[in-house]
Amino acid sequence: MLQYLALAAILFAIGIFGVLTRRNAIGILMSLELMFNAVNINLVTFNKFIGPDNLTGQIFAIFVIVIAAAEAVVGLAIVLLLYRNWQGIDIGNINIMKW
Amino acid sequence: MFGVEVSQLFFYLLSFIIIVSAIYVVSLRNIFHCALFLILCLFSVAGIYILLEAEFLAAVQILIYVGAVSILMIFAIMLTSRLANKKIIQSNDNVTVAIFVCAGFLLTSLGSFGYSVWKVVDSPLPENNTLTLGKLLMTDFVLPFEVVSIVLLAAMIGAIVLARREKI
Repeated sequence: MLQYLALAAILFAIGIFGVLTRRNAIGILMSLELMFNAVNINLVTFNKFIGPDNLTGQIFAIFVIVIAAAEAVVGLAIVLLLYRNWQGIDIGNINIMKW
Repeated sequence: MFGVEVSQLFFYLLSFIIIVSAIYVVSLRNIFHCALFLILCLFSVAGIYILLEAEFLAAVQILIYVGAVSILMIFAIMLTSRLANKKIIQSNDNVTVAIFVCAGFLLTSLGSFGYSVWKVVDSPLPENNTLTLGKLLMTDFVLPFEVVSIVLLAAMIGAIVLARREKI
């Protein structure tokens, strides 16, 4: 069980690294997907090893996948809008919401 | 399904693929190659689900992540194709800070494994995995199921409204 948790932790750390260092908005969204997958591996692992008599962890993982898909759709729409209005999706240049 | 040694071997193979391709996803300079490695990574995660006896989740992973989300990413990369060439630096200047943050996260989470008491239950999962999942979704989790469908509808409408060209 610990090996699965360790894999999920490493994957999550790589995702954090991507979110912190990417300059491209699509790269940040891809790193976010990595982090969602790490969380899902954790949920399924706990379901198998700690509470195997019902499948609540897998149900949760399905909901996480659905929410991740919705997030990706809205995020990419925002990215396309930024590209159209600013001719670039460099996160450092987009500071219109900064006060 | 397999013996313990074979599934162990598959686990190490899959996790090697996952970690290497995830590192490529966050570090490659060509964003299109990043998307291709992301597909490889998500595919291997589906293999991990199969090792964890979550076959339905593995199928959902391949259908939604590999089939839909990655294709969406590739569409967005191609629509912003001017930014995808190799000359543009894709990482910003806080790489060292990010390495420290990741190392701190890894050390705390991996180190906390030794101090945690896991109540590992050694009973098998329900035999008919997908059937049980469907029954749970339609009985105990029917309210979240409906709410999540409304969330999906809202996301769909929001994406269409955001990405359309002319003003309403």
